[in-house]
Amino acid sequence: MRFERRDSVPPALTVLAPICAVLAALVIAGGLIALAGRNPVTAYGLILQGAFGSRLGLTETLTRATPLILTGLAAAVAFRARLWNIGGEGQFYMGALAVPAIGLLPFVAGAPAPIAILICLIAGALAGMVLLLGPVILKLRFGVDEVVTTLLLNFVVVLFVSMMIEGALKDPLAFGWPQSVPVPPAAELPQLVDRTRLHAGLLIALALPLGVWWLQSRTVFGLQSRAAGLNARAAAFAGVPLARTLMLVACLSGGLAGLAGAIEVMGVKGYVTTDLSPNYGYAGIVIAMLAHLHPLGVIAAALFSAVMFVGADSMSRALGVPSYIADVIVALSLLTMLVAIFLTQYRVRR
Amino acid sequence: MSVILDILLSVGMWEAVLRIATPLIFGTLGALLCERVGVLNLGIEGVMAFGAMIGWLTVYSGGDLWAGMAAAALGGAVFGLLHGLLTVSLGLSQHVTGLGITLFASSFAYYIFRLAVPTASSPPTIEPFRPLPVPVLSDLPVLGPILFNQTAPTYLALILVAFLAWMLYRTPLGLAIRMTGENPRAVDAQGIDPIALRIATIAAGSALMGLAGAFLTLAAFNSFFPTMVQGRGWVCIALVVFALWRPGRALLGALLFAFFDAFQLRLQTAVDDIPYQLFLMMPYLLSILALIVMARRAKVPQALMQPYRRGER
Repeated sequence: MRFERRDSVPPALTVLAPICAVLAALVIAGGLIALAGRNPVTAYGLILQGAFGSRLGLTETLTRATPLILTGLAAAVAFRARLWNIGGEGQFYMGALAVPAIGLLPFVAGAPAPIAILICLIAGALAGMVLLLGPVILKLRFGVDEVVTTLLLNFVVVLFVSMMIEGALKDPLAFGWPQSVPVPPAAELPQLVDRTRLHAGLLIALALPLGVWWLQSRTVFGLQSRAAGLNARAAAFAGVPLARTLMLVACLSGGLAGLAGAIEVMGVKGYVTTDLSPNYGYAGIVIAMLAHLHPLGVIAAALFSAVMFVGADSMSRALGVPSYIADVIVALSLLTMLVAIFLTQYRVRR
Repeated sequence: MSVILDILLSVGMWEAVLRIATPLIFGTLGALLCERVGVLNLGIEGVMAFGAMIGWLTVYSGGDLWAGMAAAALGGAVFGLLHGLLTVSLGLSQHVTGLGITLFASSFAYYIFRLAVPTASSPPTIEPFRPLPVPVLSDLPVLGPILFNQTAPTYLALILVAFLAWMLYRTPLGLAIRMTGENPRAVDAQGIDPIALRIATIAAGSALMGLAGAFLTLAAFNSFFPTMVQGRGWVCIALVVFALWRPGRALLGALLFAFFDAFQLRLQTAVDDIPYQLFLMMPYLLSILALIVMARRAKVPQALMQPYRRGER
């Protein structure tokens, strides 16, 4: 058996591949649910019902999708330029931590809501940017592989957050619980639906992929970043300023992940703890890959993950299947998606 | 200063160094083997989690400790085969596949663990490997308790370093592995199938990663809990660069890293006016520093991350 590169990819295949990949992942995970002694069809029914079946379920899914869209987009823009930013989790936490930190400044806490919100969002994005610039400078200057540096920084940042919320940013009113001072009330994101957690951050999360899509397809920077990803050497030969492009990509990617953290803390929780993120940063990597690095595809992939996570939680309660099944399904989809994309580009010959 | 001196002079500290180094030795050797044959294996963090889980579960359900180790190695090898199939046979991106395997292997491990052990208030434990004093040698002053009163897997890790150093540099198989990492086309011309060799080597390397995880549950601790690997896998990837892709230096790197880890742990309890998180950050920051220092001298296997397809240029 061998593989032969297709001359052109049939459009139908491009559409079918992701669907088949997700279906394959669901079938394999179905086997694991059966292993738990439960009917997979019932389980998937309950997942869908949990994610869509009620007003609360639906808003919860959208709330969950909000940070996932942003961390997914952060990974997608970086990967497009072959910048392996695996540090989304750390950037997310830095972005989140920046909000209560800057909220301590009197002029932020006292500002009218739109201005306070804007300042906090910018602070979050900047914090994420700065965190990613370090590894990128190490990559450009010393040739240090960014996969490991960005990853190791995730562990450092969570410890840093823990240090801050037990130290300089500790909330004195939290009865000794390690949590940060609250987000200033002026900087809290407004709710979209009453008596749910859905907040205005969703609108930002839906708008940004459009912006990035425009940036990638219509600007010189977008062209250069894609060229850097396709073939760095050829791009450099063609006059693309590689270092500058990578720095800009890093700003965009780190900024988006930091923004995700800022929005999460401003919209949902109101203060920072070390369990603010159930691995949103890592999930973003999968989402970017599921979306085939396309900024608009990120929205669909993030929604898929959010449905799985929210739905699996309620399914888990009803059936007693461990809720880790959601992570299994999403991770499996990534692997099956890789194979599906391969099969759109190659044909199998005996 | 006397605090630091006390720590450095205690036998317990140096005994701990070797213990902490053991999973790093297994993991770094595993990652090194994969990279030597030309394939980056970022699945290590997940494979370690899976090895830790399956090793523990085997013992928990009645198997003996070595059966647990074998199960972890086997589990690791299976994920290695999967990585090999995707990256070598299909030529998919090694970065992405590795990350996918890490995410899948770890969530799969947690799922199976929860299935076998539904939520209990305290995690169930097993009877782990006990220190196995080497006759005569363990009676040596100072060195005896440090080197020769460790658990059996630690001895195994040390033997593996010597074995791999010999295998890679002194046998035809080792030459073939190293050559495949440099120039698979040349290996192919010699009549050795680089694709089969790559897949087999990744499976073997991943088996070692599984053992690295199993050491955590079967010797270092006696129970399994999610997130117990704690980035050790990524540290191993950094240590491979520090080791310049050589088994002997991998041992050195693992020991150096473990030294700082053991040291910070003891300093943390001795000094209380510095936030403990700063000490916990040290191992990760140190790994980054090691990468920076070694990046200049790094002689990366030439064909690392380049898929090989017959008859395609």
